Amino acid sequence: MTGALAAVTAAAPPWAAWGGAFGHPFFQHALLAGTAIAAAAGLTGYFLVLRAQVFVGDALSHVAFTGALAALAFGADLRIGLYAAAVAVALLLGGMGTRGRADDVAIGSVFSWILGLGVFFLTLYTTSRSAGNGSAGVSVLFGSIFGLSSAQALTAALVGLGICATLAAVARPLLFASLDEAVAAARGVPVRLLGFGFLALAGVCAAEATQAVGSLLILGLLAAPAGAAHRLTGRPLPALALSGALAVAEMWTGLAVSYAVPRMPPSFSILAAATAVYAATYLPTLRRRPAV
Amino acid sequence: MTAVTALADASAGWSWNPVDDLRQMWAYPFMVNAFRAGTITAVASAVMGWFMVLRRQSFAGHTLAVVGFPGAAGAVLAGASAACGYFVFCVAAALVIAAVPRTGRDAGAQEAALTGTVQAFLLACGFLFTALYKGLLGGVTSMLFGSFLGITTGQVRVLLAVAAAVLVALAALGRPLLFASVDPDVAAARGVPVRLLSTGFLVLLGAAAAEASQITGTLLVFALLVMPAATAQTLTARPVRSLALSVAIAVAVTWLGLTTAYYSDYPLGFFVTTYAFAAYVLARLARLAAGRLPRRALLPAAGAA
Repeated sequence: MTGALAAVTAAAPPWAAWGGAFGHPFFQHALLAGTAIAAAAGLTGYFLVLRAQVFVGDALSHVAFTGALAALAFGADLRIGLYAAAVAVALLLGGMGTRGRADDVAIGSVFSWILGLGVFFLTLYTTSRSAGNGSAGVSVLFGSIFGLSSAQALTAALVGLGICATLAAVARPLLFASLDEAVAAARGVPVRLLGFGFLALAGVCAAEATQAVGSLLILGLLAAPAGAAHRLTGRPLPALALSGALAVAEMWTGLAVSYAVPRMPPSFSILAAATAVYAATYLPTLRRRPAV
Repeated sequence: MTAVTALADASAGWSWNPVDDLRQMWAYPFMVNAFRAGTITAVASAVMGWFMVLRRQSFAGHTLAVVGFPGAAGAVLAGASAACGYFVFCVAAALVIAAVPRTGRDAGAQEAALTGTVQAFLLACGFLFTALYKGLLGGVTSMLFGSFLGITTGQVRVLLAVAAAVLVALAALGRPLLFASVDPDVAAARGVPVRLLSTGFLVLLGAAAAEASQITGTLLVFALLVMPAATAQTLTARPVRSLALSVAIAVAVTWLGLTTAYYSDYPLGFFVTTYAFAAYVLARLARLAAGRLPRRALLPAAGAA
């Protein structure tokens, strides 16, 4: 009887295998945190692309690395460093430019220095703390979503939900301010405040996403779904929703693929799914071009 | 690295006699090679970075700089030399970024999204390669953050050859590129092939980034590209003078960084970025102090995003 049952289970792979996946706590945590992180990154990314601030996202991702390593070097919780550094630098970048927007060169100079500082903290951490931390830098850079504990996953999910809720609440004025700043300001929309608030939110989102895909790869979660949504539809609110939905779908695909193929790190498969979707949006233009 | 530094420290500390110190430091062939390689890359990246800052292509430059990492990791995984991986990936990424059609109202946003996706995907590939190649984990840090130790004379020759090629090509493109960078519309109207120049420039930038990656690591190349140029362009608006200033700052920062890194336990990347950033901050402060100068007289207003 049990032998037959085992044979049946083995012979019915697809959902049985996924039943197995959902039975693992690490996979549940990854799914919970990943979904919230992806939704938050998709929504934030849409506005980053719309406001032409993708480079800020890039900068924040590097800052997150330094924040995490500084916290580790001083023996604090990694997440405190992540959030503090990302939000502080986001506000700094906002303060450096006019109307809460900094220029590229200033952003580049600031974050490459902060990254240099990150290397310093990495050295401090790997030399001063006990051995066995050699890969800490690598895991901050590239993430380890399958290594989240249930408490970490819950916090990540709550923060992700908070980001989504805040963005949904300010979506309309923020869209207005992003699309036509001058008119929005004239209509009494607090453009500057929104600019700063949005940057702070992007900082929180970057810190949040670092836990999933690592600080170097956040940019993909921010830029790829949003870029695809921008290419697929020109209407702002559907595009915003589409960007979030694409990010979540890509996150699930990535998690499933790297569960099925254990040699493939989840960060890579998530990014690969995101890039594939983005590349697919270019296919129609390629087909159209010879005809034109 | 710490072991070698410790060894060097044992034989020679900082003695406050610059001539003696330099002689002592340069007694080690690896330090001589590090200075040679550092100087070559500093000059090449300062010149390329100057045009990058002028053209407001920091994001593309940063992407080209970091994609050296998957290149090197992939080359090591495939059993080829890391140098060849750096060049192949950086130049290929330059071509992909240049291939995006730049028409329409929101071309800037589209380009940024594409650049970001290319960057993140290639970095993820790099992570995949290192995950597949088990023995590399210790090397990841040095690929990302660089190592100035153990540079061979052969490597210095390759660096010199590539830098010379990049600079010669840039000298050939220089005037039309400057024209196209400062005012693309007028340049296009005068028959300058703006699009082709832009592609050529990105390829050269990719080559320079690949070269510098081997010394400073892929994550810190960008510091050498952007900061000396940004400092120089903050200080003066005249092209030739600021180009020369940019090279001088890059070389000075690299030399200072190498010297400090030699006499301390901390990595080269930290010192180079810190000195370069200090120069940039000082330049901005000087600019603020001399507030009567017009802001960004030289730079094109197009990239105000």
